[in-house]
Amino acid sequence: MENLINIGIRSIFIDNMIFAYFLGMCSFLAVSKKVKTAFGLGVAVIFVLGITTPINWLIQYKLLTPGSLAFLGEDFASVDLGFLQFIVFIAVIAAMVQLTEMAVERFSPALYGALGIFLPLIAVNCAILGGALFMVNRSYTLPEATVYGVGSGIGWMLAIVALAGVREKMSYSNVPAPLRGLGITFILVGLMSLGFLSFLGFAL
Amino acid sequence: MSAETAVQEVKKSEPLFSKKNRKLITNPLDIDNPITVQVLGICSALAVTTQMKPAFIMALSLTVVTASSNAAISALRNTIPSRIRIIVQLAVVSLWVTLVSELLKAYVYDVSKQLSVFVGLIITNCIVMGRLEAYAMGNKPWPSFLDGIGNGLGYGMILMIIAFFREILGSGAIFGFKIFEAAGIHYQGNGLMLLPAGACILVGLIIWVQRSINGYREH
Repeated sequence: MENLINIGIRSIFIDNMIFAYFLGMCSFLAVSKKVKTAFGLGVAVIFVLGITTPINWLIQYKLLTPGSLAFLGEDFASVDLGFLQFIVFIAVIAAMVQLTEMAVERFSPALYGALGIFLPLIAVNCAILGGALFMVNRSYTLPEATVYGVGSGIGWMLAIVALAGVREKMSYSNVPAPLRGLGITFILVGLMSLGFLSFLGFAL
Repeated sequence: MSAETAVQEVKKSEPLFSKKNRKLITNPLDIDNPITVQVLGICSALAVTTQMKPAFIMALSLTVVTASSNAAISALRNTIPSRIRIIVQLAVVSLWVTLVSELLKAYVYDVSKQLSVFVGLIITNCIVMGRLEAYAMGNKPWPSFLDGIGNGLGYGMILMIIAFFREILGSGAIFGFKIFEAAGIHYQGNGLMLLPAGACILVGLIIWVQRSINGYREH
């Protein structure tokens, strides 16, 4: 239990998807102009990460690792399907994103309109595939992987809402013209990332 | 006989490196740069640039993947139903990425360990998907291939600039060669440059310089 809480806290603050690994930066920079849309996209990311990480865990350890197909008989005991990892993971993620898209369209048409192209693009949000690959890399168990998925999603949402808040205020300031837009946003993200460093070494 | 006519046909059509085709390669280097103008593929640009060697391998892998999947999708573009195009594109891209990843594991194992998940993440690199959607779906294979090469080079160029500054300021080396030590100067590495934060601020500054020069403005 303690371990799970630890992984949860680590994935939200210390190993934050944005500030420590820069995953999901494209939509992070593009959709962070308004707090409201940022929040909506954040919730969608939490949902997709929270569902796909455990599903991908099951696929990885019940189908893809060498020896996991032993239940099909002797001949399959040595089959290694590891090379299918990328393609299977991305297929699962694309399917879940499609589902999320339909759910959002059904329950919140306004949010659906506001997110626009970025909702289907969650499928190619690196944070989702990154979550699945990190989960395999660090050999988490199933409960750990679930907590890690949800935690990273929360961390991502926290980051995008915070940045959107700052950018909303920043539209009133006088930024040098060539730095306007993307340039100043990058510097902002750098400074926020420095702030998040203060969580380093935080463990339960 | 038929070979002769084939040669004639090639001569009549556009030369392989016509002015338009050369533009496909040179534009992404500056005014249409995938990282600093189109804002694509930021994640890996920041994550793999603490040293120049992994950055170089990454840029090379991405160029190969972008160019070959651009060409493949462009060849298939008239047969892909538009409703399921995203998943078809992802399948083609992950095929190439799997190939590249296995090659890296076989020949440069240490770098492949260092890049860890980021080779796999080329699949979701927005440059690849972005170019497939914006260019390969509407153009012939050869220009699409060049477009992929051009965008890969534009990405690689920014990657190498970032990695150069991060490695020389962060650990006083170029491609792992400690130049300050070799010159007999004591250099205390700047830890900020090795952190993600340093990379972000550096990219911000590079964009500032580039836009001051080429006059690109955002409102």
